[in-house]
Amino acid sequence: MKIKVNGQAHEVDAEPDTPLLWVLRDLLGLRGTKFGCGRSLCGACTVHLNGTATRSCQLPLSAAAEGDITTIEGLSTDGSHPVQQAWRKHNVPQCGYCQSGQIMSASALLASNARPSDDEIDAAMSGNICRCGTYPRIRAAIHDAAAAGGES
Amino acid sequence: MSSLVRLSRRRFLELTGIASGGLLLGAMLPAGAHGMDVLAAPSGVRLNLFVSLREDGAVEIIAHRSEMGTGIRTGLPQVVADEMEADWDRVQVIQGLGNAAYGSQNTDGSRSIRNFYTAMRQMGAAARHMLEAAAAESWGVPIDECRAANHAVHHSDGRSLGFGELATAAARQPLPESDSLRLKNREDFKYIGRGLPIVDLHDMTTGNTTYGIDVHFPDMVYASIERTPFLGGRIASYDAAAARKVKGVLDVVELKAPEGPAAFNNIEGLAVIASNTWSAIKARQRLTVKWQPSEHSEHSADTYLDELQKKVAGGPGEVARERGDVDAAFTAASQLVEASYRTPYLSHAPMEPPMTVAKVSSKRCEIWACTQNPQATQAAVASAMGLEDEAVTVHVTLLGGGFGRKSKPDYSVEAARLAAHVGKPVQVAWTREDDIRHDYFHSCSAQYYRAALDDQGTVTAWLARQATPPIGATFDPAVTLMDDGALSQTFGSVPFATPNLRIERHEAKAHVRIGWMRSVYNIPFAFGVGSFVDELAHAAGMDPAQFWEQMIGEDRHLDFAPEGFEFSNYGRSIEEYPYDTARMKGVLRKLVATIPWGEQVPEGQGWGLAVSRSFLSYVAVASKVKVQGDKLQVLEMHGVIDAGTIVNPDRVHAQLEGGMIFGLSAALSGEITFEGGEAQQSNFHDYPVARMHQTPRVIKTHIMPSDALPAGVGEPGVPPTAPSITNAVFRATGKRIRELPLSRHFEV
Repeated sequence: MKIKVNGQAHEVDAEPDTPLLWVLRDLLGLRGTKFGCGRSLCGACTVHLNGTATRSCQLPLSAAAEGDITTIEGLSTDGSHPVQQAWRKHNVPQCGYCQSGQIMSASALLASNARPSDDEIDAAMSGNICRCGTYPRIRAAIHDAAAAGGES
Repeated sequence: MSSLVRLSRRRFLELTGIASGGLLLGAMLPAGAHGMDVLAAPSGVRLNLFVSLREDGAVEIIAHRSEMGTGIRTGLPQVVADEMEADWDRVQVIQGLGNAAYGSQNTDGSRSIRNFYTAMRQMGAAARHMLEAAAAESWGVPIDECRAANHAVHHSDGRSLGFGELATAAARQPLPESDSLRLKNREDFKYIGRGLPIVDLHDMTTGNTTYGIDVHFPDMVYASIERTPFLGGRIASYDAAAARKVKGVLDVVELKAPEGPAAFNNIEGLAVIASNTWSAIKARQRLTVKWQPSEHSEHSADTYLDELQKKVAGGPGEVARERGDVDAAFTAASQLVEASYRTPYLSHAPMEPPMTVAKVSSKRCEIWACTQNPQATQAAVASAMGLEDEAVTVHVTLLGGGFGRKSKPDYSVEAARLAAHVGKPVQVAWTREDDIRHDYFHSCSAQYYRAALDDQGTVTAWLARQATPPIGATFDPAVTLMDDGALSQTFGSVPFATPNLRIERHEAKAHVRIGWMRSVYNIPFAFGVGSFVDELAHAAGMDPAQFWEQMIGEDRHLDFAPEGFEFSNYGRSIEEYPYDTARMKGVLRKLVATIPWGEQVPEGQGWGLAVSRSFLSYVAVASKVKVQGDKLQVLEMHGVIDAGTIVNPDRVHAQLEGGMIFGLSAALSGEITFEGGEAQQSNFHDYPVARMHQTPRVIKTHIMPSDALPAGVGEPGVPPTAPSITNAVFRATGKRIRELPLSRHFEV
């Protein structure tokens, strides 16, 4: 099947029901997207499908093949996306494992809502679990990235 | 201005854990350099076990403890770099293989800094000394005219040589005697005490990290294992025909468990091996396995906790600690208060489930794992494979969380055994369901407390009994009692000045694999103790903060020995790390001064607090809650920690924030139940952990300035959090929560 990831077309040999997550990780070697639950409950596997935050662990390859997929590796070439910068400014990560998914959710949120309120952040980010408890810094980093985006 | 530290060689060796010969050049590390970034081997000349130097000036520092989110891959190397006078921007941190030469690598017990702070300073100082000696030799001047600063050695006449230029000559210098090492004075520290960003920060924000799940080899195959749903189960029969038909499936393999205790052995299961993860997972769902029942296959958590609770409330247990005569005090009391508490089993649920890749040849085994304990991994794999420890190489990846789960190497044993069977590298990928159902569970606990108050509201007697299936049972099922070491975690070591006190233990047989989880027994016991103190404050009609102070009593260092209690003090001597009631009250006072304690709050709101000492640190936490109907919301959490000397304050704040949120998570909804010996929860829908919207928007942390010896940081934020919340619920509603989690009582 054909699939478009980070602007590049790939031909992959996988069953159509294979979740996009495993296509990305096992077949394309894009391992920045993480497995956390396999049931769209934790958000570790979040990617953008046509710009919308999407859990790749339950998105079958057949559905993903229709659209443009962006993974953490494609969010920016050098980690310079405002959300990534804000994450570093606030020293958000602890273990770091969930952070690809957090960053993909946050960047999708800011793309559709340049100045989210705390309630809107809750709504957009509550699908992403961080077991280390970096939520306060995630919230602060999103506000910061929003402010930076507004200025540029 | 440097101070001279005098340590006997023996003491130096104890501190560093080096088995022989002091600071060692190259020879100590095992072979096995691999090309993966996070697992690179040092390429420079070795100045000692932890420090190598390249001719381009790059300093390579070994991180021998596992990074699971505490920032330890940054913290200990920043100590080395500071003493060495290395420029942090030219430091490269390299993850050490599992190797006893490093001393303990078991990254748990909140002890990386406290056990290795001095040793890492000495490693840095030794490297600095060798660089100064090399410069002195090169210039033909006495060494005391040479001084390392900012990545170069400078002569008093103005000449200087960069570290890179000195690398080869420095490596040829004799190793300094430990008693000749000059350690820096505190005021000269450049990096110690600074919140340097973690070395993995950029990679973690760009998806460029290597966790256990990310290890990959071209010929690698993937395993997913259906394991016995109850402790001690055995495969009775199975049907794998449907599984074998799934595209990509290569084999189905029985993985027998050895006889004896669970320990670090693999659990009995049936493994599907496939060419990719998804095929393995999908095929596994098509297995049919029948299990032979075991003595644990009738275990019901609710029934068992009822039984334990009856036992502790029903009568005396074995006395662990005693002062005065509680019975006489109860008879003379003007007021008696009693309460029972219970806490459920919990699962660690790190975001990355256990993951290992194993490669096995006839004589060697190589492991890549997200492990907190590479040496235990080495030993467990060697034992399972019939190899010497030295024949097993363990590479430590980043850990996507650990919380104690990844100290237990059962998952690496699985991978090694399957790799031997398959003849290719095998990744054992645990699903979330595997992780939650087959954890080394945090134990459940039943506690009973009774106290006597006099007519002034002063507590004259404290009686506490508990029944808690002990961790020891995982290694020896005959263990049913919490020993003094286990009870040293809050329950037996309460600092109360009451004249009469008795601590008792009842038996509790384990029916599941019990393991240690972030702050361990302090979780149930700080909840019980922290709640009961609050109940007594209410009974006495006193402000809880003042009541805590009164209970703790005057400033003193506690001595448990006269009361028959062997206080383990987290493995450190009580002289070195006293139980200091002044520091305990210190964090409490600071907390109360930081928050609007005593403020008038709207109806349905309330503040609560608790204080505890764990892992040699003192932490006080206050929470503010709001209850509307059945809906509970935590509005604010504030924490104050006194952890002695701090290496990286930003990471200490982060650990306190994270510890409180971990405690919040357990208090709100953490509960694993068992029926028929099987865990009834399996994923984040039925084992919810705290999410963004449940986390208070106000979370503040404060670090007490201190030059005391460094103490624990990763765990101590957890214990006082749950009672701070339930005490706040009491203030808000008048409803006393004696059974966790809160989701049993409120919508959370």
